[in-house]
Amino acid sequence: MSGMLSYLVFFLIQALIFAVVCLGLNLQWGYTGLFNIGVSGFFLVGAYAFAIVCGPPSASHIGGWGASSALGLAASVAASAIVAFIVGIPTLRLREDYLAIVTIGFASILQLVALNAQELTGGSRGLSGIPRLLAGEFDTVFERNLPMLVVMIVVVAVLYAGLEAMVRSPWGRVLKAIREDEQAAGSLGKDPFAFRLQSFVIGSAIMGLGGALYASFIGFVSPEDFMPILTFQVWTMLVVGGSGNNKGAVLGALVIWAVWTLSGTAAQALLPPDLQVKGGAGQIVLIGVALMAMLLFRPRGLIGEEAAVSRGAHLEVTPEQAVHADKP
Amino acid sequence: MGQYVADGIILGATLALGAIGLTLTYNILRFANFAHGEFLTFGAYFALVFAAWFAGGATLGPLTFGPGFLAAIVAAVLLTGGLALLLDALLFRQLRRSEFAVALVIASFGASLMLRNVIVFVWGSQPEYYSRNIAVAHEVLPGVRLSADEMFVIVLTAMLMVALHLFLQRTRLGKEMRAVSDNPSLASVTGIDVRRVIRWTWLIGAGLAAVAGVLFGLTVQISPEMGFNLILPMFAAAILGGVGSIYGAVLGGLVIGLAESLSVPLIGPAYKPAVAFALMFLILLVYPKGILGERS
Repeated sequence: MSGMLSYLVFFLIQALIFAVVCLGLNLQWGYTGLFNIGVSGFFLVGAYAFAIVCGPPSASHIGGWGASSALGLAASVAASAIVAFIVGIPTLRLREDYLAIVTIGFASILQLVALNAQELTGGSRGLSGIPRLLAGEFDTVFERNLPMLVVMIVVVAVLYAGLEAMVRSPWGRVLKAIREDEQAAGSLGKDPFAFRLQSFVIGSAIMGLGGALYASFIGFVSPEDFMPILTFQVWTMLVVGGSGNNKGAVLGALVIWAVWTLSGTAAQALLPPDLQVKGGAGQIVLIGVALMAMLLFRPRGLIGEEAAVSRGAHLEVTPEQAVHADKP
Repeated sequence: MGQYVADGIILGATLALGAIGLTLTYNILRFANFAHGEFLTFGAYFALVFAAWFAGGATLGPLTFGPGFLAAIVAAVLLTGGLALLLDALLFRQLRRSEFAVALVIASFGASLMLRNVIVFVWGSQPEYYSRNIAVAHEVLPGVRLSADEMFVIVLTAMLMVALHLFLQRTRLGKEMRAVSDNPSLASVTGIDVRRVIRWTWLIGAGLAAVAGVLFGLTVQISPEMGFNLILPMFAAAILGGVGSIYGAVLGGLVIGLAESLSVPLIGPAYKPAVAFALMFLILLVYPKGILGERS
């Protein structure tokens, strides 16, 4: 029983790390319509920044300054924000597909750097011994993970509240306006490029924060942790949960991570060892089918975006119209 | 140096064939199809199956394969074209109707991952080769050694390019495709069956991708990741040449292939994949229309 509980805690921590990343993507895609499929790249930057700043000293690569966790988190957020700024400048003025191509490219280049820049990242061996957010001696894994779960719940709650305040502020309304009709927003004196860049940088910084939390939770990072599959998982979470709704982003993370872990456990339990690779492939196909089905039959997700109407206007919004309100 | 140029042209030929389909779908269907790389992979694996069926017999001169392999390429092209049509019918056509434009890109990204894993599921993740025969390289120019297989890649690509050029300029269907690519609504008003044109776009794009996949498998190796690894250089080629321009895609493919190959003596092989990306980034920064592009 305690094994079950311990596993549940472990599962929830991972799911909430995904929820952080998913909230970042929701700001970019759900509210601003920015098509970022380089999620794994920003996650990678955050994770490695934390590992380099906070990790133990090592002869083989720079970093390992053993800095405090707060400094590490700040460094992760800053690093991923800077990368997002560099990626965003040339691409956010162009057609949305270009951002997709550039971000996925950037993610694979970052993975290449992680693999080859040994002096910085430890190469294929990765970086290990990354300290946990909460230092201290614990008797069991469960006792060690429970405080982390509390931290994660607080982080997600704070992020959720902050993002909700942001998207309901005038700033958030401009984002939606740009998403719906760039020219109209521009004609009202809002610079679409500037707002897109802000949204992109903030969203990516949140993904970087997720990466840092991941690195400190697992205690080890290597280039293989940041495959494009990660991007795919986060996107599925957002689409299934409901993009344009922060509750949907968190819900999607929990649901899809549950489907993912359960199908993985099932595959491990049922398949003989020589078929495990195929089981992993089948798992991805399963998640892919979920994504496709959602896109085709319920594009708003489980809980879609609320229709934004002025408080003064007492309009009946039918589900049909709400679907149309989603369209970027 | 000459050897790097030759290697670059061979890689460039593969990229150009792949980029043509990418630029066609981008222009006619108006979305960046991330699943296009998997058409290369599927083409290569389909040919692998048929090559095993048609195996036996003597090899053709100095090549490492026999006439059966040519039949395998044709079969792979047809099957990959069918796969593209199937994907369109099940997924993309439905999403086009929903007017939710970017859903197409997300769906293609998801489809790409799924198709790649279908390959792993069916064929496993080990790299494969068409032939265990050793391709002997001969000195064709001073300092340039090419195997017969590599010459075959260059000749076949050149022949396909000429055929495509004639198709687009001379045939009715080719002209319709160019018209739809320029302006779908106007083309539709003038009585062109846009749906038929879209079908042929998929068939031609995926067919050329299948050939590209087979040629890459012939000169390098076949693996589930091959298409995904080539999708970025192919996008780079399409963007560099100007999205929508078929000749631009060919030119872009060659430039990217040469740049990747020539970068090896300068920065080493580890960052070779980054070269295509850097070029694309640069083009987007200073000249997003691309070399032969018309629209921004």
